[in-house]
Amino acid sequence: MELFTNQVLAGIATGAIYACMALAVVMIYQAIDQLNFAQGEMAMFSTFVSWQLMQWGVPYWGAFVITLVFSFLGGIAIERLLFRPLAKAPILTNVAGFIALFAIINSVAGLIWDFTIKQYPTPFGSSPFLGSQLISTHQAGMIGVTLLLLVALYFFFRYTRIGLAMRAAASLPESARLVGINTSWMIALGWGMAAAIGSIAGMLIAPVVFLEPNMMGGVLIYGFAAAVLGGLTSPFGAVIGGFLVGIFENLAGTYIPGVGNELKLPIALALIITVLVVKPAGLFGRPIVKRV
Amino acid sequence: MSAVREVVTEAPAVEAVPKRAMTLGYGTSLAILALLIVVPLFVKNFIVFQLTMLLIYGLAVLALNILTGGSGQFSLGQSAFYAVGAYTSAILMEHAGMNYALTLPIAGVICFGFGFLFGQPALRLSGVYLALATFALATAMPQLLKLGYFEYWTGGVQGLVVTKPDAPFGLPISQDMWLYYFTLVVTIAIYIFSVNLLKSRSGRAFMAIRDNEIAASAMGIDVALYKTLAFGVSAGITGIAGGLGAIAVQFVAPDSYTITLAIQLFLGMVVGGVGWLPGSIVGSAFIIFVPNIAEGISKGLSGAVFGVLLFLVIFLVPHGARQIAVAAQQLLGKLRKN
Amino acid sequence: MTVMLNVRDLRAYYGQVQALHGLEFALNEGSMTTLLGANGAGKTTTLRAICNMVRSTGRIEFDGAALAGRSTENIVRLGIAHVPQGRGTFTTMTVEENLQLGAITRKDKAGVVSDIERMYNHFPVLKARHTQQAGTLSGGEQQMLAVARALMLRPRLMLLDEPSFGLAPLIVRDLFRILGKINREDKVTILVVEQNAELALELADQAYVIETGRIVMSGTATEIANNEDVRKSYLGY
Repeated sequence: MELFTNQVLAGIATGAIYACMALAVVMIYQAIDQLNFAQGEMAMFSTFVSWQLMQWGVPYWGAFVITLVFSFLGGIAIERLLFRPLAKAPILTNVAGFIALFAIINSVAGLIWDFTIKQYPTPFGSSPFLGSQLISTHQAGMIGVTLLLLVALYFFFRYTRIGLAMRAAASLPESARLVGINTSWMIALGWGMAAAIGSIAGMLIAPVVFLEPNMMGGVLIYGFAAAVLGGLTSPFGAVIGGFLVGIFENLAGTYIPGVGNELKLPIALALIITVLVVKPAGLFGRPIVKRV
Repeated sequence: MSAVREVVTEAPAVEAVPKRAMTLGYGTSLAILALLIVVPLFVKNFIVFQLTMLLIYGLAVLALNILTGGSGQFSLGQSAFYAVGAYTSAILMEHAGMNYALTLPIAGVICFGFGFLFGQPALRLSGVYLALATFALATAMPQLLKLGYFEYWTGGVQGLVVTKPDAPFGLPISQDMWLYYFTLVVTIAIYIFSVNLLKSRSGRAFMAIRDNEIAASAMGIDVALYKTLAFGVSAGITGIAGGLGAIAVQFVAPDSYTITLAIQLFLGMVVGGVGWLPGSIVGSAFIIFVPNIAEGISKGLSGAVFGVLLFLVIFLVPHGARQIAVAAQQLLGKLRKN
Repeated sequence: MTVMLNVRDLRAYYGQVQALHGLEFALNEGSMTTLLGANGAGKTTTLRAICNMVRSTGRIEFDGAALAGRSTENIVRLGIAHVPQGRGTFTTMTVEENLQLGAITRKDKAGVVSDIERMYNHFPVLKARHTQQAGTLSGGEQQMLAVARALMLRPRLMLLDEPSFGLAPLIVRDLFRILGKINREDKVTILVVEQNAELALELADQAYVIETGRIVMSGTATEIANNEDVRKSYLGY
């Protein structure tokens, strides 16, 4: 029993990574009804930018804030320049666009900063959290920041005008235009926010997985899986999904024989798909009624 | 959470290609066929090998076109079926001494079964969910192939070496040349089969399901059967392509069949024009040659150059090669009038 | 009398299919006009063309300003509120949020708050349900919500697309009574597109009849109501 509890706790600790990434995924999904495969690379690039700033002497929190702003603006720029022209193109063409963006960002990051692994600092320190061997202070900090983000997003969507406008634009774009909302800019804003949240995820994850251009590959998939498990329309679900994915992953590795590191990912995904077969809209998603 | 449900009237995720437009006219087809027959006679062996791979990947993209463009189901998992086909051929040839040509239909049937089975749980998923599920399949496959249990058969991480066949009856042509024409015959056969499949009742059922699943089922189409059938056929063709690929490349190894391959096939379908069967070869050309071009332009930034070239393609022709063909057709029509 | 909306030679297209063939009409400021026609005649297309929701050519002028080339949201910001077919309610948001959305382009916070109160006075049933999700409201209530949301814009022109659709006659009478009140008291020019000719003609001053994308008849509501052909085709007697 104790092994089980330990694995669950450890799963929650690693799950914080996925929860944070899942928030960014849900953010972009609610804006464009699509999963952006380049999300992870954008987060990685932002993290490198912050690292570079620190190399140039900027203190951690200064670099953090600058990176946040840079990511927000960068996300908007990418949407306006690359994806707005594709707005009328078929969905699959847009997906090809995400893949292209992935290739470009990954390659450029590799060129600028090369593929050697780098250390990335954490503002939370890495001693055991409250004496526990399973959760470090950094991991506790990750969970804390993720929950903080969740609360901030909740307030943003619930109680601000622009949050209301974004929800309307995502829900019924035509009706939103009929109340005067510029739905095109709402999409750009969604991209900007997703990029900013992604950058936070990257900066939190880098101390654990170490900074290198391919660091986000696996994390992004788990982030997608977590968002889908939680229900793509629910930030709260995304966070819970993230923790659950972390737990699944750990339990699968511990209890299912023959599952080494490599099979963890497909098994976690298989578990999630099983949940989806039972509950297609995810755990906390709104059930979708399809009309002819 | 809320009791209010979102009511969605969905536009089909995969845009419809009118049935008429799904293939080329006879004239163009014959011209391309002539080129395919004649060109290899005048080029070096390595180019012949590349042309063979062009056809093989073309088959795989064709299979994906049937699945996505035909029945509207996303798949990022084709690399898994390709791998199964490849390994089937390799194992039968190297462990059972079977003739290479015989391994192909077996690979096809096994993959058909595999795809049909996978199609069952996939029935309940669509769109991003199906993409995720097929993605899981694609990432699992290399790992499964490396598993210790199967190592005797699969050769584990190192894989298996496959013997390239000589031309039969002592014909005085190189192995590459023979393999090319053998592949060409298989490709033509499968292409004709696919065109007829899509024109048949089953094809119409696929397309009805793609365009509006609920309406299709209300019309009495057995949606479950046709969806799994589409997966099966698509997997089967991909498996045959995989088998041919194993013979052409002369070895199989788990890391040759990663998610990267699945993504390439997906890109090939988009660049060729989703649902447009002739575009499969254009898509195949894109995935074989453009990465080389990108590397030629800049070794360090080859990924970025590839991405930029891909963006150029999708900006200029968002509907893929089909868009060019349609425009050319319209232009010819106008010229004929004058 | 000033012309609020002037439509000249309006042609609208759905892809290759032409739905409007040179439509022409004008709305006077403060008037209540109804556009009648059978299914498929082009009534909805006309409203959508005014708001640039469908590809069209021609001249549309709103209070002297040409609407050509403006996006839907910019046309709305000029003061045109459009209650679409199907109502376009944000079903997953509360009644109050829907009203707030109607006013989302306004900068006067206090005015918005007092306008919400006014809407609750016009439509008491909305006040009773103001924290409920809009999707749980009945058809008639959602229609009231749609009208109220449009009014939150403080529009000078309001376009309504078949507001009576799917509603019980008593509710429709109630709704039209309120529309009349709004037209007179708040001086909002109103264009109502309707299949339900009888009630619409009772409510309106002016009327147009549209058939296959063209205006075939125009006049005061009384004239149109008394017209032999209209009575046979649209009023059933």
